[in-house]
Amino acid sequence: MIVTLEVNGEPRSAEVAGWESLLWVLRERLGLLGAKDACLQGECGSCSVMLDGALVCACLVMAADVEGAQVSTVEGLASRAGLHPVQRSFVDEGAVQCGYCTPGLVVATAHLLDERPDASHDDIREALSGNLCRCTGYGALVRAVAAARDAAATAIDPAPADGDSEDRS
Amino acid sequence: MLIERPQDLPEALEGIGGSPHAVLLAGGTDLMVEVNLAHRRPEAVIALRRVDDLQTWEDGFIGAGVTYARMETGPLPALAELARTVGSPQIRAVGTIGGNLGTASPAGDTLPFLAAIDAEVVLGSRDGQRRLPWHEFLVGPKQTALTPGEVILGVQLPDHIPARQAFAKIGTRQAMVIATVNCCVLRDDDGTTRVAMGAVAPTVMRPREAERLASSEPRPSQAALDEFQRLVSAEVAPISDHRATEQYRRHAAGVLARRTLERCLTP
Amino acid sequence: MSDTLTGRRSVRGGVGTSVPRPDATPKVTGDFEFLGDMHADGMLWGATRRAWVPHARIVQVDADAALAMPGVHAVLTQDDVPGHRYQGQAVTDQPVLAEGEIRYWGEPVAIVAADDPETARLAADAIVVDLEELDPLTDLEAALERGEIFRHVPVRRGNPDLHGEVVVEGTYITSTEDPAPLGTEAGLAIPDGTGGVDLWGPTQWVHIDLKQLAACLALAPDQVRVQPCRLGGAFGSREDLSLQTHIGMLALRVDRPVKMVYDRTESFVGHVKRHGSLMHYRHEADRDGRLVRVDARILLDGGPYQLTSNAVIANSTYFAVGPYRCDNVTVDGYALRTNNPPSGAMRGFGSNQPCFAAESQMDRLADALGLDPVELRLRNALRPGDQLATTGQVIEEPLPTDEVIRSVASIPLPDDGSDDDPRHLPGGTGLTTPRDRVVRGVGFAVGIKNLEFSEGFDDNAEARVVLTGDGAVVHTAAIEVGQGLVTVLEQIARSTLGVSQVRVAFDHTGQIGSAGSTSASRQTQMAGNAVLEAATAVRELALARVGGDDLDDDGVWRGDTLVASLAELTAEGPIEQHVDYHHRPTDEPDEAGQGNLHVDFCVAAHRAVVDVDPDLGLVRVVEIAIGQDVGRAMNPQQLLGQIEGGIAQGLGHAVMEEVVLDRGVIRNASFTDYLLPTCLDAPHVEAILIEQPSSWGPFGAKGMAELPTMSATPAVVAAIRAATGRPLTRVPVRPEDIVAPDDTGGRAR
Repeated sequence: MIVTLEVNGEPRSAEVAGWESLLWVLRERLGLLGAKDACLQGECGSCSVMLDGALVCACLVMAADVEGAQVSTVEGLASRAGLHPVQRSFVDEGAVQCGYCTPGLVVATAHLLDERPDASHDDIREALSGNLCRCTGYGALVRAVAAARDAAATAIDPAPADGDSEDRS
Repeated sequence: MLIERPQDLPEALEGIGGSPHAVLLAGGTDLMVEVNLAHRRPEAVIALRRVDDLQTWEDGFIGAGVTYARMETGPLPALAELARTVGSPQIRAVGTIGGNLGTASPAGDTLPFLAAIDAEVVLGSRDGQRRLPWHEFLVGPKQTALTPGEVILGVQLPDHIPARQAFAKIGTRQAMVIATVNCCVLRDDDGTTRVAMGAVAPTVMRPREAERLASSEPRPSQAALDEFQRLVSAEVAPISDHRATEQYRRHAAGVLARRTLERCLTP
Repeated sequence: MSDTLTGRRSVRGGVGTSVPRPDATPKVTGDFEFLGDMHADGMLWGATRRAWVPHARIVQVDADAALAMPGVHAVLTQDDVPGHRYQGQAVTDQPVLAEGEIRYWGEPVAIVAADDPETARLAADAIVVDLEELDPLTDLEAALERGEIFRHVPVRRGNPDLHGEVVVEGTYITSTEDPAPLGTEAGLAIPDGTGGVDLWGPTQWVHIDLKQLAACLALAPDQVRVQPCRLGGAFGSREDLSLQTHIGMLALRVDRPVKMVYDRTESFVGHVKRHGSLMHYRHEADRDGRLVRVDARILLDGGPYQLTSNAVIANSTYFAVGPYRCDNVTVDGYALRTNNPPSGAMRGFGSNQPCFAAESQMDRLADALGLDPVELRLRNALRPGDQLATTGQVIEEPLPTDEVIRSVASIPLPDDGSDDDPRHLPGGTGLTTPRDRVVRGVGFAVGIKNLEFSEGFDDNAEARVVLTGDGAVVHTAAIEVGQGLVTVLEQIARSTLGVSQVRVAFDHTGQIGSAGSTSASRQTQMAGNAVLEAATAVRELALARVGGDDLDDDGVWRGDTLVASLAELTAEGPIEQHVDYHHRPTDEPDEAGQGNLHVDFCVAAHRAVVDVDPDLGLVRVVEIAIGQDVGRAMNPQQLLGQIEGGIAQGLGHAVMEEVVLDRGVIRNASFTDYLLPTCLDAPHVEAILIEQPSSWGPFGAKGMAELPTMSATPAVVAAIRAATGRPLTRVPVRPEDIVAPDDTGGRAR
């Protein structure tokens, strides 16, 4: 069957089979290879994308059911002006090692900071607990998210953001 | 594969009646795992996420399509607590209470709440509706009383909802984990106490003797709580599997139920 | 050597800076092409038919139905292997596809190439595999009794009759652990039209793959080009071949490109694991706590094929005592053959298992002596000039055992924790545990491991540095697995040349010789030294070409005069140098396991702080502090990344990560039940880097990336013991081990 949807603001359509997930369609039908397939069970978050405004695992979305949906992926984040602030922060803070979890984490982080621009370290850790990373131990990742949050806060309000150091209790 | 994407409830019921063996798709968080692992290749699917009637949440009726994300910020404390423990934020954004009921895992996280509150499961078909008490709907591990041609419309909660309610769940990770034991306790001002335990029996269960004991104690003493804990451990019927041993589950069920009750006792 | 080789313009992104990795940008945008993202025109999809029994005789394999399916192009079995039918890094004993017998759960029996992945999967399912099941051998004692021994490594040192006054004994178990890289196995093979093949597969050493693939595919080495791969992590799991031979066979048979991708369940059986172990230890000390003798027997579960088990058991044996002095040591290490899943390399490579046992023993000893665990370790700490307790090798390089222990002990403890945020409590948002039921524990552990390959292996790395008007290109066949080698090689070249514009080109096996394995913490020193020597030579050639005395981004200088820009300098052609670097030779062990078997060592010490709910057996790791020997901090940010990542893996094995085996069958081959630490499980990390420059590493650097994992595991377990008083002789520690009356918790292994 053919499904039509909007991906990163562009209308797209694809011939899909019943067993296919949104992830498969993005990767194999539409050539958007940013979202990754690491577990196909919704346990790792590597395929995180936005579907009609919600952060979802694309592997758990039946492709046949995305008719008319709006999807945005990691490929839609950077602009002509350059990297999205979250992407910039991941690069600068060393949050990237092998990089397999990175696209999903970037999408999840951008969503988090849209929803909760004041997220604490604990909030960041909880919000990203569905995105497994095997390389970094998450330390640099949390620092990167906090840096992106603080940069956004500074851009709005020149007063320095509240120093929210990692809780050692 | 055929897919129908009904836009409203009558259309959905007509579609389900017309292809009674079609697989019903809500959040997809259970179904798609089986599809991705090639354990299932549905020939017909009816996708329910566009059906607004299933998203209803009012007057003690929670539509089958209500997601964990909505429960997390909803008015029922125990439901909010349990929703926060389900999967990841990505799962909670799309996973539904109807899906949790339909999958009927012994470890399903909404089930202890629904069992403790004595919810009825509302089923619909093109021939009408019927309501089943939770224990008549959940008939075994991954087995329900849903018949071909039917769909879960939602759950009906009783009019009276105890103000004191608490949920707890044990897993061997700080997040994103399937329950090795989960538990919900509801307590009325008159002391009436309802307890439901998950992942410790073929389906979610109520330790009735423990409930009776707790209900008879307006301000349970430490001795009464000890006895409550012992009764819960005695009444559950867990198995050993790769997630935990039978002995551990039995022990932990008692501890967890007691602590959850204690939370309901704290002023 | 000096790190001040800078010209008039100081080099940007040199050694010692936290310059970001060059591939970070394509990784954050989704543009980085991992193995599983590769495509080729006219490509077919491969799939593998596996046998889901741990041990069986193959009666018959019938592929007729599969071959008859539309869209199926080939079905191949062991009979179709064109060349040598076995693979393996040293001993080739693993059949490319099952031969006569199934020896582990999930062993591949046949492979399929088809138009699309769904057809390939259906065809694989349609292959009829007729099996007669046999009893699996899964018990280590039984395997030893039956003589199923891949290698026995003995150590006999000192006087067997000398004994200490204080004796502690223990038996320890470490379960099988999965490296679980996020990227599953994926690969692409493209026939070159002249009988050869270009092959992209998950690897940590392209040249060892080449050796095996050329033999199995019956091709000359120059007919197979093993290409550098872009991996979603490795941690040892890519050291042995997985799907490479299979896609090579299929591509050559159908003369079309073939791609194959494992799903997560297949990945669990498709790559090697950390050996499960059973260890018995006896430590004897004098009244002052000085180790008098250590006796140990270490059994490692190798699974059915040898792979790297022979080298893994060597590490287990030689690091059986840990970083401590002891003159009387007897160790018997055995790598055993079973029908459990194949074991091989995983971060630490055999050093982790004895680290758990020996550090647990040190705590028991401290307890028996009434000594502080830190003090006991300091009294025995192995220092330069001492002999390694097992092999007798004199430590000639810097080894800051004392310093890592003292530094980690000096870090202030985190505050006690008093808030009720469930994310700070055991059980997390499950709301299992009120603050007043929490008991805190603190534990220490120290680890030691060799760097590079040992036991007489001629270990080398080639590199070529080419300087043009655009800057320098570093050529290497070393594999970047995510650890950041690409950044460090750039930094070494920059600081050596004085030129900032440097990039690394990862070459295939036809373009450059071996850089050796990306394992054994070896590439910073090995590929790094090759680049250092090549870059040093290129700089000298550049200065000589135009008679200058300094080189920087502008070009060559003589005094204050710029003699030639980089473009002018290289107008007549690039300046290049190729180097084949070898570390100094090591000995093969004598019959008592004695000799200078290792080229260098690294140490780290961990202190874990945990909060435990003893009634439910739940643990939250609050903080892990580490003192880490690094030689020289080449890139502090990347070092911290290796430390934090390694600690998370060590924590995982301490409290949640286990391949649950039930008579050879994996019961949790998915991320639903094989639990990796999440963001909420990973602790706060405090790290102190100990910089005592290596005499031979580039800029004094040491390889270090395995150490953060090793002693994290015993430190966490020690902390749980401190909180609960339970013996906890097995990892991972399960909730039932904390609450149950016996350590087995009523469950096998």
